[in-house]
Amino acid sequence: MTAAIVIQSLASGLLMGLLYGLIAVGLALIFGLMDVTNFAHGEFLMFAMYVTFFCFSFFAIDPLLASPIVAAALFVFGAVVYLGIVRFAMRARTNVGMVQIFATFGLAIVMRGLAQLLFTPDYRSIPHTWLGGKTVSMFGIYLPAPQLAGGAVSILAFAVLYVLIKKTDFGKALEATREDAGAVALVGIDKNKVFALGWGLGSALVGLAGAIMASFFYIYPDVGASFALIAYVTVALGGFGSVFGAFAGGIVVGLVEAMTAMVLPPSLKSVGIYAVYLLVVFFRPRGLFGSI
Amino acid sequence: MSASSFTARRTRQLGLALVILVVVALLPFGVKDVYTLNILILMLMYAALSQSWNILGGYCGQLSLGHALYFGIGAYSSTLLYTKFGILPWFGMALGGVIAAGIAMAIGHACFRLAGHYYVIATIVIAEIGLLLFHNWDWAGAATGIELPFGRDSWVTFQFARNKLPYFYFALGFAAVTWLVTWKIENSKWGYWWRAVKDNPEAAESLGVMVFNSKMMAAAVSAFFTAVGGSFYAQFVAYIDPESVMTFQFSLLMALPAVLGGIGTLWGPALGALILIPMTELTRTFMGGSGKGIDLIVYGCLIMVIALARPDGLVGLFHRRKRSAA
Repeated sequence: MTAAIVIQSLASGLLMGLLYGLIAVGLALIFGLMDVTNFAHGEFLMFAMYVTFFCFSFFAIDPLLASPIVAAALFVFGAVVYLGIVRFAMRARTNVGMVQIFATFGLAIVMRGLAQLLFTPDYRSIPHTWLGGKTVSMFGIYLPAPQLAGGAVSILAFAVLYVLIKKTDFGKALEATREDAGAVALVGIDKNKVFALGWGLGSALVGLAGAIMASFFYIYPDVGASFALIAYVTVALGGFGSVFGAFAGGIVVGLVEAMTAMVLPPSLKSVGIYAVYLLVVFFRPRGLFGSI
Repeated sequence: MSASSFTARRTRQLGLALVILVVVALLPFGVKDVYTLNILILMLMYAALSQSWNILGGYCGQLSLGHALYFGIGAYSSTLLYTKFGILPWFGMALGGVIAAGIAMAIGHACFRLAGHYYVIATIVIAEIGLLLFHNWDWAGAATGIELPFGRDSWVTFQFARNKLPYFYFALGFAAVTWLVTWKIENSKWGYWWRAVKDNPEAAESLGVMVFNSKMMAAAVSAFFTAVGGSFYAQFVAYIDPESVMTFQFSLLMALPAVLGGIGTLWGPALGALILIPMTELTRTFMGGSGKGIDLIVYGCLIMVIALARPDGLVGLFHRRKRSAA
């Protein structure tokens, strides 16, 4: 194995890792805000990929151009899911964790069923995108243009998110609500509104990831499942609830996956990710950036 | 609750269980068709599996979503020993249970100090690693799986290709044993320790409860019975592959009856299985064949509605009725 091949696959791993971070950050945001793990997160991704697909097939909108539309659609969807389902799951007085897990797990199954019913179980793909099939050559390595654009979108999204959380009133409301949801009510912040917006924002981010992914992955009703587990590991690796932990976690996951694929058969590439997760939590039980 | 009424309640529960056992044991005399018998067998199996999960997840509060690993170990242990070495599945079943209990304790040793979601995800990824390893383990059939060779119908080899009734009675016995073990443990030192660990580990520790040992004990018992269920399932369907016995989906399906029926309760898993399994099978039969996903939609809605409407599980319905009647 030459150095060039190693660098090549690490670069691909890095790009994939940026996408993993973008997929996971919505999960981390929602968890940090209200301690809820969305077990339908993978299905949100699947839904976003279908929205992208239909933007392309009905209106000939390129995935890159469609990404803001998809993000907006997922924003609405996420807020509706919060107001229609999760809000009620949070009212449970006993057994809260399991109620949330299974309410969202039920939603995941319904979404998969609906996708089969409405979109058929067929595998779909988006041919002939602007960037499809093009590669960019840098420093002697070749990178596929769609993945490169995905990495750029991810970095941009994290930058915007950083500004949003640190500099705006909405970000401050998010931060205050995650600190103490009871106290913010006293200063006139509507907790439900902040939570709904948080779900919207988290879902919009996975929407963005879905739009990117749709341009180079097959789209089918079960596509979310495999990415969902990676997203949970990414979030936990970074430290539950830490938005920038998800960014770092995503990069670690992408690189580890690429390295594992170099030494183990491709079907075992996820083993490396899982092993690294276990290794990290054995030494840092709250993830890389989680607060103790 | 006074001590005497507590004992009376436990005796009543045992009596109720006996009545149910007898009634269910008599069911096959009325039910002749294979389809219904099949549903009953699956229902009893899930009641037992979910009861096993409930010991660790419900009573001790360690929400494992990786029990598919123990189930798979049980299934592979009996099947591999029989197909490769001709060792009777009964030994494989016992060995599988012991191996699973050992692995559960090893996993617990490493993971029990992880909190909440970190623990849950650790159990998921460990089971996923197991799944991937079995996928790539050629000697164990890799992804294609292993088929049990058909022999004579016999209790010795625990194979009944023609008449499935013996499986029904084994599943019934399995469900009864897991129930009885839970009933017994509820009122033992371990039972009190587990609930103390679940409610408040720090307080329990300060009162002298051996928190770590409690969790290890719960993990071992829970994994042992889950693996026994795996061996049973392998004999029942006579074909296993990693996808059918070790996937994450399966871990969720084992926890689901307990959660919907009433987590950490004696009757929750059985009640959950009684409702869920026929629902699953009927929607699959009558709405699933088209491949249109309607069965999934109905099933998912059911899970959502029960989880939201009855957060403490369906057993809560009975308590409420009793209270209002009193």
